[in-house]
Amino acid sequence: MAGAGTVPGPAGDGDAARSGENGGVPRIEQYRSFSIIAHIDHGKSTLADRILELCGAVDPRDMRAQYLDSMDLERERGITIKAQNVRLEWKDHVLQLIDTPGHVDFGYEVSRSLAACEGALLLVDASQGIEAQTLANCYAALDADLTIVAALNKIDLPAAEPDRRAEEIERILGIPAADVLRISAKTGEGVPELLDALVARVPPPTGDADAQLQALIFDSVYDPYRGVVSSVRIFNGNLDSGSRLFYLQAGRPHDAEEIGVRSPGMRPVPRLGPGEVGYLISGIKDVGEARVGETVTNAAARGEPLSGYREPKPMVFCGLYPVDGDEYAELRESLEKLRLNDSSFTYEPETSGALGFGFRCGFLGLLHMEITRERLEREYGLSLVATSPNVEYRAHLVDGVMTTVDNPSSLPAPNVTEAIEEPYVTVTMLTPTEYVGALMELCQQRRGEMTKMEYLSEDRVELVYSLPLAEIVMDFFDQMKSRTKGYASLDYEPAGYRRSALVKVDLLLNSTPVDAFSAIVHKDKAYDYGRRMTQKLRELIPRQLFDVPIQAAIGGRIIARETVKAKRKDVIAKCYGGDISRKRKLLDRQKEGKKRMKQIGRVEVPQEAFVAALTLDD
Amino acid sequence: MDAGTVAPGPGPRPGPGVYVHVPFCASRCDYCAFATWTDRGHLMEAYVDACVADVRRRVADGMVDAATVYVGGGTPSLLPAPALARILDAIPRRADAEVTVEANPDSVDAAKLQVYRDHGVTRVSLGVQSTRAHVLAALGRTHDRANVDRAVAAVVGAGIASFNLDVIAGADGESDADFDATLTDVLGFAPPHVSVYGLMVEPGTALERRVAAGDCAPPDPDVQADRHLRADARLTGAGLGWYEVSNWARPGHECRHNQGYWSGEECVAIGAAAHGYTDGERWWNTPRPERYVARIGAGRSPVAGRERPDVAAAALDRFALALRTRVGAPLADADPGALGELAAAGLLDVVGDRVVLRPAGRLLASEVTRRLLPTPGRADDRIGTRYIGVPG
Repeated sequence: MAGAGTVPGPAGDGDAARSGENGGVPRIEQYRSFSIIAHIDHGKSTLADRILELCGAVDPRDMRAQYLDSMDLERERGITIKAQNVRLEWKDHVLQLIDTPGHVDFGYEVSRSLAACEGALLLVDASQGIEAQTLANCYAALDADLTIVAALNKIDLPAAEPDRRAEEIERILGIPAADVLRISAKTGEGVPELLDALVARVPPPTGDADAQLQALIFDSVYDPYRGVVSSVRIFNGNLDSGSRLFYLQAGRPHDAEEIGVRSPGMRPVPRLGPGEVGYLISGIKDVGEARVGETVTNAAARGEPLSGYREPKPMVFCGLYPVDGDEYAELRESLEKLRLNDSSFTYEPETSGALGFGFRCGFLGLLHMEITRERLEREYGLSLVATSPNVEYRAHLVDGVMTTVDNPSSLPAPNVTEAIEEPYVTVTMLTPTEYVGALMELCQQRRGEMTKMEYLSEDRVELVYSLPLAEIVMDFFDQMKSRTKGYASLDYEPAGYRRSALVKVDLLLNSTPVDAFSAIVHKDKAYDYGRRMTQKLRELIPRQLFDVPIQAAIGGRIIARETVKAKRKDVIAKCYGGDISRKRKLLDRQKEGKKRMKQIGRVEVPQEAFVAALTLDD
Repeated sequence: MDAGTVAPGPGPRPGPGVYVHVPFCASRCDYCAFATWTDRGHLMEAYVDACVADVRRRVADGMVDAATVYVGGGTPSLLPAPALARILDAIPRRADAEVTVEANPDSVDAAKLQVYRDHGVTRVSLGVQSTRAHVLAALGRTHDRANVDRAVAAVVGAGIASFNLDVIAGADGESDADFDATLTDVLGFAPPHVSVYGLMVEPGTALERRVAAGDCAPPDPDVQADRHLRADARLTGAGLGWYEVSNWARPGHECRHNQGYWSGEECVAIGAAAHGYTDGERWWNTPRPERYVARIGAGRSPVAGRERPDVAAAALDRFALALRTRVGAPLADADPGALGELAAAGLLDVVGDRVVLRPAGRLLASEVTRRLLPTPGRADDRIGTRYIGVPG
């Protein structure tokens, strides 16, 4: 993961930094840019609120809880999905607080946010201690040469163990326990001291105002009225309102329609200079053209691209289908709109015999998938069915060709396939000692190989495993949480591809394959999968006029079979007088129901049965 | 009417059927969802008066002589025989009219049946249901085997030419042997007509509540299918021919009134909750006896609602009802694509220009109808009905 340390540019010359609007403008030495790294519920948003209040940026009366998490979903889940930033004043200094995405799926976005900072505030719950994702982000900050200022939060709570947690931080990160601040974001205790420490310890930015412009986009959101609003950090040169810009990765020129800072309301400024963080609006309609990691420069005198840019790469895939086939067009429109705001997911039309017309979608990770699906349902009012998530496989064919497979039903046949590779991840878990056994057992079941086990303190252990990503996307997170009563935390990062003994299991209904249920699984688990799915489908598929065999097969070999016995009676016993209208209405309803039936060969299956089979957990 | 001459479709019949509903019971059976009351005995005379007045009103409006009369319930036999006789006497009918009265084995006796006979009843339908004590208990019935013996003897003794015995299949706790024993007992009475109904759990019944509470098992459709086939074999073997999903009869003893429902004949409804079918409209009287009495007393129509099935709905009714009978549905109306598959599955035969269900197909008449009657090409293939009037 590349960070600010790899950003090219000469050391800053402080007095040249500003050529701005008035004499009172801060000099570059007065800026401090930092992110807050914290686990969910460790109090990041509360602390951000408190800082905003202390710096006079928000009137306490207007204070809305958790100011920075503006998306409903973010508030509900207590996580930050999009990076936000705010410019504050504190004792003759300018604090530029950059809120980073707080989840494993958004590692790349985190790295870009960190690249925009010189420091990171590590916030840890004084009773719970450091968690895996926090640790991962912290390592990323260290890799990016950021100065870490650590603080233990919630010291006002009775369960707080600040001494023990401070020692843990020292042991894991090498930050002296004595340097770890102790605060209560809730009461405000220790927060002014924390701000003082940030000013004292985090170095000011550096940059050359006379060099060619290099501005890093570390976030872009789509606003229906203004188009794309990007968050930028200036490394060198000046970003001037109205200037002709060039986006180096996208290869497109745009005009700087408006630039400004958030404090926290948007406030236009004529110029942003080196070290400054602000926003940029340049008439772009698609966030894909103003991606996270993009370098913005002047069209006339182009600078070099900043390092560390990466195309977002989907890791997890699933089919998304409207429950009601008539909503297909709406789904497509919604995906288009959503992508304006999130260029990191991909979608392509696909057709399923079982589910009709839909899209194969790619996501950065499971949470990203869930969030995207939830936004489609919530913000666009769609009712969706998602196939089981899968990863992207590489099939090496006997003729030497390699093909990638993001939909299990399109895996080439075994006889033309020489080998299949699957993505692996390095999984880091932090857990209380008593759950180590339970976690090891889980990882073993999921084909994991342990690479590290370290006691962080007498009661907390770090476990590192190498695991197939496919095993993670199958409810691993839920299993981990339930086996550790929610105490363990997890982070993972890609660790390349490996050959595995994988097979495709197909589900056949009356000998016709049902594409939505094809799965690529390890051969040792194929039987189990086949048995589970055939049983599930037997319960869900209504009886037909004939026996319907449900089979699981690998190639031509049947590995599990169930039968839906033929229906024998549906007739209404009595049909006199008033029964006649009643019977007609019943037949009428059945006809209506038939319209929603999917025809798999001769078998009629209600869409709901497929939906249930895909969503029901055993 | 000769054996087997079931009117194949809508056609002139020499007069309508008249259905009279008697909404009184001594107790309510657990499975019963009919409009009937156990606490309205005091209303009986007023109710009979209202029925008579309703009939006279219909006659004044031009109702021609009835070809069939069917008095159902409820428990018609709970009415004092002279009261029932008053209603029957009010209904103008042809000399050869079939007149059926439903009766419970424990509420008829020789004297009552003699009155029925004297006032033109030609047919009695007895709700036997089962001859096994524990099955009768499971159904919430109050009679026993001895009541059935006496009732059948009384019917025969009264010289009533035709009678039916109702049997219910599939009650909780009924074994194959129990059902077989009931069939043996029923056949022992040499009935001219037997109806076998698969027990249905109707909404709002005591049975539904018991099933929902887990106090008894819901009827198993496979068991009911087996019972139906068993009944068909035994009844057919005893000379009772199958002629509708739930009905078997010796030749000439088919219920002409019910056949009228299935062939689209008109029917005039008398009494609370009774359903009629005239001039292409299906209509129904107000369900509560008090209200029926009050409306008739006030000189108002007791009709609470009507529907006029549109062309497609009427076609569906016609096809579905005919398909349930031994006459079968017109081949010309059936989807040829579905026909082959259903025939191959052993569910139906094509006999001349009719589609006739085989025993296995009778049990799946709903699905077979749905498959045989597609309505392609219509943007909205809902079967439409136009509702006229709102239940009052």
